[in-house]
Amino acid sequence: MQFMCLIYSTEGTGPQPGTPEFGPFMKGYQDFTQKVKDEGKLVAGDALQAVSTATTVTVRDGKTETMDGPFAETKEQLGGYYLLDCADLDEALKYAALIPTADYGRIEVRPIVVWDN
Amino acid sequence: MPPPALTQAAIETVVRKDWGRILAALVKSLGDFQLAEDCLQDALVSALNHWARNGLPHAPDAWLITTARRKAIDRIRRRATHNTHAAELSYLADLANEPVEDVVIPDKRLEMIFTCCHPALARPAQVALTLRTLGGLTTDQIAHAFLAKPETMAQRLVRAKRKIAAAGIPYAVPDADHLPARIDAVLQVIYLIFNEGYAASSGAELMRAGLTQEAIHLARVVADLLPKAAEVRGLLALMLLHDARSAARAAPSGALIPLDAQDRRLWDRTKIAEGTAIISAALLEQRIGPYQLQAAISAAHANAPSWERTDWQDIAGLYGLLWKVQPTPVVQINRAIAVSYAQDPQAGLALLQQVRDDQIADYQPYHAAHADLLARVGDPVAAHTAYDRAIALSQNTQERDFLTARQSALGKTLH
Repeated sequence: MQFMCLIYSTEGTGPQPGTPEFGPFMKGYQDFTQKVKDEGKLVAGDALQAVSTATTVTVRDGKTETMDGPFAETKEQLGGYYLLDCADLDEALKYAALIPTADYGRIEVRPIVVWDN
Repeated sequence: MPPPALTQAAIETVVRKDWGRILAALVKSLGDFQLAEDCLQDALVSALNHWARNGLPHAPDAWLITTARRKAIDRIRRRATHNTHAAELSYLADLANEPVEDVVIPDKRLEMIFTCCHPALARPAQVALTLRTLGGLTTDQIAHAFLAKPETMAQRLVRAKRKIAAAGIPYAVPDADHLPARIDAVLQVIYLIFNEGYAASSGAELMRAGLTQEAIHLARVVADLLPKAAEVRGLLALMLLHDARSAARAAPSGALIPLDAQDRRLWDRTKIAEGTAIISAALLEQRIGPYQLQAAISAAHANAPSWERTDWQDIAGLYGLLWKVQPTPVVQINRAIAVSYAQDPQAGLALLQQVRDDQIADYQPYHAAHADLLARVGDPVAAHTAYDRAIALSQNTQERDFLTARQSALGKTLH
């Protein structure tokens, strides 16, 4: 099964660039990515640019509306994701807990829909 | 001569006894909770039909699982995409064609209870699933016990089963790293079921009271399946010892009778003996936890000849240990009460007044204990005020009546 691990945190919290904590934090991400790669779990994974770069598109009655900003203002924003191939939810949760942002943000784990043809 | 025909109630009793074991095995082999339950339900309908006419088969459990497997084959075939299930169908057909006398039902109940109590499910869903699958209660019975509408309960169960399937919650015993926390979740669910039943004691709430027996039964099953987990036996002993006192807990009016005023002749000595034996054996294994400590405290009360001749030193010591592993206001309140008898009311009051927590302001048992200790150190005026607070916070009439009576008794010394 594939599980999407959505990484949420409040922008500006956690280790910031230029602080002594930032290096080890990024190293944690490198190590995690390497680990899931080595263990054959990684399908994909990326970080997203800050929510200030978000643009929201809506199509209503054939008309496209483009708006600056995220679709909803929330305290915690989606900052990145890992798509992992795991045996079951327990395994996915075990990996999710190793994502560095889990220490101060939240990781939402959701399975990918498999369309039944 | 054919065996005697059976009544529906007799058949349901037989089926319920094996329900959890059969359902767990079916879920494991079908990999689909809802399908497994539907097929077992179908098999039950067949059983009602056949057994009522022909009597109980030689091995009812084997008969049920074989019938359920055949029903599963039918149901899978009826689905549009049966060619994708060819392998599954042939495996099932092999199982369903085994002679009934050769059928071995693998025990998958442990896997099942960890699935039902998985932390990815909300607590009410965990409780309902556990009762439905391992307890074999019907959806209506569970709804009744939790004072919910049957439709609400049915929906809760369907949603939980859907989440298990869609979210990939495994049917597996957790790995060693996660096992203690997951066992704890199972014990919390069982204890919650027990307390739901224990809180209800009047005749009108008989179904709810049945939950205490259900919880004890579940704890026995889990204790057999996890023989090394001393805390499981701790919880089993704790529930047996609580349950042993149930006949003495309520007056015919429904009013709550506190431990010091209970008629100890009404306590169930068989349950006390069993609970005491279980907790004594568990403690010897030196893997102490909060349920074992609470059971040990309960055993000390249950084996005391009277309130006055209770081993308060022992109980105060056990509360001291419990406080170390579970430093909650509730434990501190009970510890203070025990110390007030083991030493003196002043020492108890001093401990109680250390409880300074935001939760305490509206916590009725704190104010009830405070009032009692204030009265015993000779401060009836302050005690009166504390009783006012405790009475205002009471959730039910019995509790309120009891506290009001204590407050009035105080009045006699005031005037």
